[in-house]
Amino acid sequence: MASHFPSEPEDAGLVAKGRSGDNAEPLTVSEISQALKRTVEDRFGFVRLRGELSGVKRAASGHMYCALKDEKAVLDGVMWRGNTQRLPFQPEDGLEVVASGKLTTYPGRSKYQIVIERMELAGEGALLALLEKTRARLAAEGLFASERKRALPFLPRTIGVVTSPTSAVIRDILHRLADRFPSRVIVWPVLVQGQGAAEQVAGAVRGFSAMPEHHPDRPDLVIVARGGGSIEDLWSFNEEVVVRAIADSAIPTISAVGHETDTTLADYAADRRAPTPTAAAEMAVPVRGELAAVLADYEARKKRAILRPVQLGRERLQARAERLPAREALLQPHAQALDELAERLRRGLRDRAAQGRERLSNLRLGPAVLERNLREAHRALAGQKLSPALVERPLAERRERLAALQRVMRSLDPDTVLARGYIRVTGPDGTTLTDRAAAAAQPSLTLKFRDGDLQVAPGETPPPSPPPQPSRAAPRRRVRDSGTAPAQDDLFG
Amino acid sequence: MAEEQSQISDLSFEQALRELEGVVRRLESGDVPLDESIDLYERGEQLRKACQKRLDAAQARIEKIVAGPDGKPAGTEPFDTGNAA
Repeated sequence: MASHFPSEPEDAGLVAKGRSGDNAEPLTVSEISQALKRTVEDRFGFVRLRGELSGVKRAASGHMYCALKDEKAVLDGVMWRGNTQRLPFQPEDGLEVVASGKLTTYPGRSKYQIVIERMELAGEGALLALLEKTRARLAAEGLFASERKRALPFLPRTIGVVTSPTSAVIRDILHRLADRFPSRVIVWPVLVQGQGAAEQVAGAVRGFSAMPEHHPDRPDLVIVARGGGSIEDLWSFNEEVVVRAIADSAIPTISAVGHETDTTLADYAADRRAPTPTAAAEMAVPVRGELAAVLADYEARKKRAILRPVQLGRERLQARAERLPAREALLQPHAQALDELAERLRRGLRDRAAQGRERLSNLRLGPAVLERNLREAHRALAGQKLSPALVERPLAERRERLAALQRVMRSLDPDTVLARGYIRVTGPDGTTLTDRAAAAAQPSLTLKFRDGDLQVAPGETPPPSPPPQPSRAAPRRRVRDSGTAPAQDDLFG
Repeated sequence: MAEEQSQISDLSFEQALRELEGVVRRLESGDVPLDESIDLYERGEQLRKACQKRLDAAQARIEKIVAGPDGKPAGTEPFDTGNAA
């Protein structure tokens, strides 16, 4: 800088003043700043410079601020919004980039900087470094975690394929699907390379995912596919927007990007990674023929198996049936008891009836009852009747007693002994004389013999015989016996 | 019955196939009560038919998304794969 102006040997004065031979007035700061700005911008109107990004900052306005640096120097940079939108990658600190743009100054701050119009990664190494950084960052977020992986549907009803409609990829997929299990496929055509490809792929993945649950076109499996290519060709599938779309998708996703050796971040985010699009089709569907065989096998086994419990049941039934006691044996005791009870019932009924009949007949009003009653009454009456015996007996008794008395009397009859030679002497009055004195006093005596009386007189001459007089005690006998005694009436005739 | 049918139609092929496999295994184990095994067999038959139907109905139908002006899918149309399919 100093070379542009002649050096001033003199010491500096206290107050600036004009010099001889130099009529140049001092420049203002603005003047020099403007001059500098012009010079820099003219001289460095287009530069490409390589450096490492640092201090990358996106403002809310969409502009990006950063610095480019190497070992010894640092240069601020700015990228306006319009250009940042065309960035093919996400700028990050530490990335080695080649930035194209123009240098400019910022007089207000005494600064200079590069206004970046384009920025590219500085070679494949830088690309891989970026890939690794992005991978590490998203992995740290857990986007690739194995817990996030979902099982693919066993037999998807509809398969969504996100790929280029014109590539061989879609034909490979459709061919293999047709071979294995013809399926419904909905292709979402996208660019798979270049500007906007990542956004289209991400948009398609999100678009399928956003379909309503029961939308007829909603796939239950999505394949994101692209054929092989360079790392740059495949770059869209390393873009965060694609990775996030796949990780966020509600539909299980297979990624099949590039060849077997190519691994993109989309592969990490997908639920399954297929080495090729054809392999993706194989993962997507089972082989129909095999399923049919499995089904036929189940069918056959089922038919075999269903007969087994029947057979088994029959055998078990048979075994138990054999152990069942004979029906007769089972029933016999009961039958017997029943018979017995029936017999008792009959008998009981009969007995009861007989009893009843008997009681009825007993109770029945019949001539027998009356007759019996009559008989009884007769008997009672007969019992009660005045019997002649009642009279006869006392009469007989009395007669007996009388007879007894008569016998006694007869035995006591003084005349009884007459038959044996005794005689009884009575006076004229009939009194029996028992002593001599009495007899001597009597005018006449009557000697009573067995067979009659003899009148005698006491003394030497027998007195005249007086008329015989009947004794009081036995007038009848004497009278009857004598036949001379006055007759007396029999009391009882 | 109709209720069970609709239940089976709600099953995915894999669910139906897995259930069918379970039915076959249970039947083969022979420890299912006879009455139940008949129900099980019927269920298995329905499952098998549903699976068979799904296999028989398999046919390729290729469509592509037609995007509306807003970039959202507006519908589908047959996908022309040229010489493919």
